[in-house]
Amino acid sequence: MAFDNYFKLEFDAKNVNESFARSVVAMFCTELKPTLSEINDIKTAVSEAVTNSIVHGYENKGGKITLEVGLAGNAVDIKVTDTGVGIGDIDMALQPFYTTKSQQEHSGMGFTLMDSFMNSLDVEPNTPQGLVVHMRKVIKG
Amino acid sequence: MEIVYKNSNNCTIAELSGELDEYSAEYVRISLDDILKDLAAHKSKLVLDFSKVSFMDSTGIGVLLGRYNKYSKCDIELFIKNPTSYVNRIFEMTGIYQIIPKVG
Repeated sequence: MAFDNYFKLEFDAKNVNESFARSVVAMFCTELKPTLSEINDIKTAVSEAVTNSIVHGYENKGGKITLEVGLAGNAVDIKVTDTGVGIGDIDMALQPFYTTKSQQEHSGMGFTLMDSFMNSLDVEPNTPQGLVVHMRKVIKG
Repeated sequence: MEIVYKNSNNCTIAELSGELDEYSAEYVRISLDDILKDLAAHKSKLVLDFSKVSFMDSTGIGVLLGRYNKYSKCDIELFIKNPTSYVNRIFEMTGIYQIIPKVG
């Protein structure tokens, strides 16, 4: 897909980087003049995807997360990729309140919030291992 | 993330400020669990004031569910107060008010 503007960065899968990831995406989107509500939606969705990679993909043991953001017209296209353990049953994982880590107080609402706050959400296995979370949001401003 | 506690008439208010995500969640868990015994001894309610929480993702819901489980075992009532419209939307979407009511 051809983007009007695009960046790709790789960072350590540490929870201290969640704030950095959502902030850099929010700043990159400002040229589309999003509302505060739209910015919050994007920040939450990015935070959920990155947290999922850190906690579930890499099980808090570290790794690398790749964040790609492209602007096309008035839409933001976001891809979060890890090479962690992946998800065996993705359809199940997309169900609200589904979590394999309830003992660690995870709500299982991450994908539900991503789906609600963005216009589209695709979750696919990465090759040869890991997960790709692909989200898109149209900015109405 | 910071938490400031204020006491008044069998009610303790925990004023949270900052961003509640996976990075800050551990501090919130520890802080709220630290005061659990004290609240139980004084039969105090706990009101979580979210007016200064500028960001929260689903990690915050997990933290609240965990505190609800611990606090309810000690018969301590939990309430949520003054979330921003953005945080309130997440609370409503996840149905958290069914177990931790919102107060004005």
